[in-house]
Amino acid sequence: MRAFLPAYDLEAPETLDAALRLLSGGDGGWKPFAGGTDLMVLLESGKLAPGRYVSLWDIEELRGITVSEDGVAIGALTTYSDVLAHPVLRADFPLVVRAAAETGGVATQNRGTLGGNIANASPAADTPPALLVYDAELDIVSVRGTRRVPYDGFHKGYKVMDLAPDEIIRRIRLPFARRGWRQAYRKVGTRRAQAISKVCFAAAADVRDGTLHDARIAFGSVAPTVVRCHVTEHALRGRRIDPGIAAVARQALTADIAPIDDVRSTARYRMRVAGNLLVDFLLNDDNSQRPTPNSQS
Amino acid sequence: MADLTVTCRINGQAATLRGHSMARLLDVLRRDAHLTGTKEGCGEGECGACSVLLDGRLVNSCLVPLVHANGAEIVTIEGVASADRLHAVQEAFVACGGAQCGICTPGMVLAAVSLLARTPRPTEDETRAALAGNLCRCTGYMRIFAAVVEACGRTAEPS
Repeated sequence: MRAFLPAYDLEAPETLDAALRLLSGGDGGWKPFAGGTDLMVLLESGKLAPGRYVSLWDIEELRGITVSEDGVAIGALTTYSDVLAHPVLRADFPLVVRAAAETGGVATQNRGTLGGNIANASPAADTPPALLVYDAELDIVSVRGTRRVPYDGFHKGYKVMDLAPDEIIRRIRLPFARRGWRQAYRKVGTRRAQAISKVCFAAAADVRDGTLHDARIAFGSVAPTVVRCHVTEHALRGRRIDPGIAAVARQALTADIAPIDDVRSTARYRMRVAGNLLVDFLLNDDNSQRPTPNSQS
Repeated sequence: MADLTVTCRINGQAATLRGHSMARLLDVLRRDAHLTGTKEGCGEGECGACSVLLDGRLVNSCLVPLVHANGAEIVTIEGVASADRLHAVQEAFVACGGAQCGICTPGMVLAAVSLLARTPRPTEDETRAALAGNLCRCTGYMRIFAAVVEACGRTAEPS
């Protein structure tokens, strides 16, 4: 253990009210802590900011997945394992299920949460591109009340979010808006498993009679935040699916993403691979993600 | 209140753990509960050497703060065998030679125990996914994989 523990505090309230009161405290400085799959790594490496943390782990109000006519509402503390086990998510939101399956191993999937994956605000996070494709909305809560915001636009810059210090994500809402759309999720890392993404891709397209009527395209690891590619979506809307669409897609994509050289990859590689993933998705229906069959595991 | 006392059950016995609320469960188990079968590998949730079961679920104990153990049921490698005989997974690891230096073995066994508790007849893909978070630098995995297949009473399918 490299961290100097006395520089930290971790309280674990059991109710949402108690947690929100701590976060709203006049003396400030309390920060949320969920499954610990990132913050405990930072702690051990001596990089976690000293201070006071509020564990959200014991708060039942932040758990659970509810299904309504319009969509699902996923508690922010829902783990990747919870996602993998849920029949409605498996049937209607296969990209979120795929992202959960590709995040770490079982032990990480048992502790990592969707809310944490969002609020940790890593541009390389694996579930956010899938959430963007499904037009996710976030319920954000504080002692001041609850507000609902589109997830698209929630990340304002590198680790900058539309989230005040006293607010936490309460739930993630996904409407049933992609039924019948072609969908794909691809994560490109150093290895096929257990790797942080060099490029992460999620997309859905409403393709009928050879024409792309609408699309949602999102990437991770190619910009300061996960990004939804509005320029590319606009450029593709109404186009025939034929080989000519590839150049249009690649060109438009340069306006949406801004990859950099870093420890995991290079800007050039990421731009090329991002274009390849998109073109492959548009031209090869075989790569699409089907609803995930339910299993007992 | 950074220091706290946690009551939990470890390997079926009531236990009291004391320490900083953010202390790693791994350290508390090894130093204070003297359960040194749980190993530290990477200390960053990548290798699975510190795997334990927390309320029946596989976790990396290096990433669990002590406060999250409050009221929990914890199983470490010391609690897998019963008094007079090894668990079927442990017997299979012995029979198949599924261990070499031994550092990954407690975590591997717990990952396999966790898999078989939920999925008694896993597919090959399910077995691979269940062990994916546990790294071994000696065996090349084949004997470990064979041990898990053996443990669920199946013969290895050609891959």
